[in-house]
Parts: sequence; C-alpha cells; structure tokens
Amino acid sequence: MNITEMISPLVRNIPPSGIRKYFDMINEMEDVISLGIGEPDFVTPWNIREAGIYSLEKGDTHYSPNSGYAELRNEISKYLNRRFEVQYNPKNEMIVTVGGSEGIDIALRALVSAGDEVIIPEPCFVAYKPCTIFAGATPVTINLREEDQFKLTPELLKKAITPKTKVLILPFPNNPTGAIMTREDLEGIVDVLKKKDIIVISDEIYAELNYEGKHVSIASFPEMRDKTLIINGFSKAFAMTGWRLGYACGHPDLIAAMLKIHQYAIMSSPTTAQKAAVEALKNGDKDVYTMVREYNRRRRVMVAGFRKAGYNCFEPLGAFYVFPCIKSSGMSSELFCENLLIEEKVLVVPGTAFGRCGEGFVRATYANSMENIIEALKRIQNFAGKHIK
Amino acid sequence: MENKNLEFTEEILEILENNCKYSEEQIAVMLNRDVEYVREAIKKLEDENIIAGYRTVVDWEKMPKETVTALIEVKVTPQRGEGFDKVAERIFRYPEVKACYLMSGGFDLTVIIEGKTLKEVAFFVAEKLAPLDSVLSTSTHFVLKKYKDNGTIFEKDEKDNREVVIL
Repeated sequence: MNITEMISPLVRNIPPSGIRKYFDMINEMEDVISLGIGEPDFVTPWNIREAGIYSLEKGDTHYSPNSGYAELRNEISKYLNRRFEVQYNPKNEMIVTVGGSEGIDIALRALVSAGDEVIIPEPCFVAYKPCTIFAGATPVTINLREEDQFKLTPELLKKAITPKTKVLILPFPNNPTGAIMTREDLEGIVDVLKKKDIIVISDEIYAELNYEGKHVSIASFPEMRDKTLIINGFSKAFAMTGWRLGYACGHPDLIAAMLKIHQYAIMSSPTTAQKAAVEALKNGDKDVYTMVREYNRRRRVMVAGFRKAGYNCFEPLGAFYVFPCIKSSGMSSELFCENLLIEEKVLVVPGTAFGRCGEGFVRATYANSMENIIEALKRIQNFAGKHIK
Repeated sequence: MENKNLEFTEEILEILENNCKYSEEQIAVMLNRDVEYVREAIKKLEDENIIAGYRTVVDWEKMPKETVTALIEVKVTPQRGEGFDKVAERIFRYPEVKACYLMSGGFDLTVIIEGKTLKEVAFFVAEKLAPLDSVLSTSTHFVLKKYKDNGTIFEKDEKDNREVVIL
C-alpha cells in the first residue's frame, strides 16, 4: 500500500511550509537573532500563571463545559464591551476555543462547502487558505497593496465578490503587515457588504496591539453585527500563546453550528488555561498597557532602523510586525532572507510566506527585546551597506 | 497638553529606570520626539533630582570579594519639632548605610547596611548605630542570599526558548 496515495488529496495538495529550511540552517549557527517569531517575547504575567497553578493545586483537572466555563464567558463578554464596544451574550453568542486558530477552522467548516468562495486578503496569516481548502471551499485571494497601506479597500473587495462568495476573512490588525483598519476604512467595506449575504470572519487576535488609536471591530457597526464572527484570544494580548486559548463571538445560530464541530472534534478547551484566562481578563489590563507601550517603542525603533538602512518601510500601526520593502536590494524576498541569515545572522521571514503578493517584502517582528532589536538593526544596516543598489 | 507631557516624562523615566544606557537619540526614536526635547526633559529631571543618579545593579556574590548585607530594624525616639527626620539623617549620613526608610508598624526605621565582613557590620551597629541617643533598640538581620534586587532577578534563565520561526 502506498500511504501517500491514501492521504486525502485535499491535504496532499497543500504544499509544505517553505520555512522549514531556516530551522535547519539556524541549528548550525550561533548568535542568531530571530526576528521571525510571531509570538510575544513576554512571559505570561505572573498573576495569570499563578491562577493556573492554583487551579492545578485545587485539582481542577477535568473537562470543562463544551462552550467554555460560564465565568470565563462572562468575563469575555465584559471585556469586549469594555475594550471594543461590542456586546455578546455569554450564554449563546460565544464559544471558547483552542486558540484563535481553532475558531478560524471551525467557523469555516461550519460555513462553507464545495463550490463556496472565501475571500482572503493577502498578505495574511498562513492558516486561512488551508482551512478554507480543508473545508472543501475555494479561496479567492485579494492582493493588498503597499500604496493603500495594505488596507482592504472597497474597490478591491467589490472586484473579488462573486455570486459564490460566502465568507470574507478580515484580518486586522494584520500579520504580517501590521496594517490596521480605522472606522473610516471600515465604513467603505460595510457599504459594500451590508446588502450582501456574506459572513465576515473578523480575526481580531491583535486587537489590543493598536498604537495610534483604539481597535474598531466591524461588528460594532449595527448592520454588520449579525453577519460578523469575531475571532479573538489570549495569545497576543496577554502573552499566552502556549496556553492555547481563544474565543469566537457571533450570531447564536453560527455559534451553535461551530459548537457542534467543537464538541465532537475537541470536546472542550483546556481547563487550566481557562482558569488563568479569567484572571487575565479580571486583572490584566495594566499588563496589557505596559506591554503595548513597550511594543510601541520597539516599533518606532524598528521602522526607523529599516529606513536608516535604506529600505522603504511603511508605518505599521498594529500587531508586532514591520513589513519593509526590500526591492532596492535587487534580491527576491527569499534570497534576501537567506543572505541576511548567512551574512549577518539575523532571521526575518520572506513576505512570500504570507501570499504571492508579499514578494519584495520581508516580515520582521519586534516581539523581541530592545537590546536584540537594536543589535539586529545594526546588522541589517551593515548588510544593506553591502547590498543596496 | 500638560497630561501628554507628563506621560512622555513618565515614559522617559520608565525607559531609563530599566536601562540607563540608552542614548538620548535612541530614546527620541522610541518616543517619536526630537532629540532636543528628550535632552531637555532629561536635564530637567536631573536638575530637579527626580533622576537622582545612574547606578549599576551589581551582583557582588559573583565576584570573589566578600560582602555582607544586613537589614536592621531600629526603634527610635522622635525629636521634638523634628520628628524622625533628624534621627534618620544622623543614621543615613554614614556611607555604610545603603538605604534608610521610615516605617509604619512595630519599629520605626529600616536601615540597610553593607559591609565587607560580618564583623564589620556588627561593629557598625554596636559602635555607631546603637549608641545614638535617640536609638532605643536595634534588631539586626543578615541577608543570606539575594534573589532579586532593585527589580532585577539575579539568577535568571535568559535563554529565549521560543521556536525560531513562527508564522
């Protein structure tokens, strides 16, 4: 029996991740600074960790309710209202998931099937496209442009919509570009969508990391509320990536459908993580504020550093990434990353990892210490001195 | 406007408190301000003694040189008209005294002493501190190990154990 042939073509045909080779290269090198890590460098604040430890000491080691502990859902509801002015009933309008990632997966599986189209603006987080394909539907990508600050524009959206469109993924603040959508930006999108039967999956995992204003959710537009599913979680805001905890909020019928998949595929989200997350929502605002302030300082240092090296770098206002244009080097994104790693021992990720339109750009994260960032930028400037045309 | 400036000033202090080695230029980039602005703000903070000094956090235990730290609880009689301040001053003037706080509760002053040897610290207490007129009693506690000092954890695992690439 040929096992490869036994694998479902849906899965088989998805190409493996192109970044594997960097792991292998780095293993043989010393003193590498990685600006390729898409997760906070901060450790989860101690009070949150302690709440997790306490729950273990008490013996909270059992399954939790399918949709998550009621106490946690209540806190999520209060938090979303307090921070982003959206209201969700904790009883039937939200589900606690294993990271935001599970939310994306089960939302797509609950919504689409063969023949449906899912609009995905690129460059973007790498999971949307495969999850769409696993669900049997067809991804339709939109190439976002630097001249639009990598925002989704109504014109680009209109062009991508067909009678088969069922879902729009709206991933802002954006990984990898750091782009955000302001209220004004969203108004144009809402105009396009309000008369259409299209569900928006609004991935707001980076909502707290917004540096010149407050994150606006498309769900805060009354006409969009029932058509939007908010995906969020604890990973980025509270530095809790390893706890694997997220949540999704939306119309009760959609949540009920997602719950069906969740209860059979996952059963329930991790108990310890949920107990810790309650503490995060109750007493974590101050830590979020401190972390955001620190990220903001690093963001400015990063943008200034790339510009000083001679690369165009649009100013990202969200998440913890910069997405400088490296076309002036004359190298492809992949080659740039490879050479930078070999010559200067700094790892950044080629923009192409996030969609073909990422060619000519690289993603560098400032979720790293200021000392490392300053040193990495020195090396990048050194590299640029050798290679800029 | 006042508030905005206060926020910037606080942030400058926050940055320097964690690492006073950043240059004015670097801080200016971090805060998106002119270097001139940052320079003046720091100067003002120094003049007003809000920035009271730039010191290095040293873990002397890693050096061959022996040092001893003691925390001394001191009970004193406050002086008429001057309260505790004058007594405290007579104590904190000694260079051996690293820190001196007025306390609420069972005793009045916390005095932190650093010396080369246990004997040296003991002599200081016996010959300088205890004989002071206003000092009623002292209770000396020797520090056995410093886990964290001035917000800095000494024995920390600095290794970044995250995966090298995460998309």
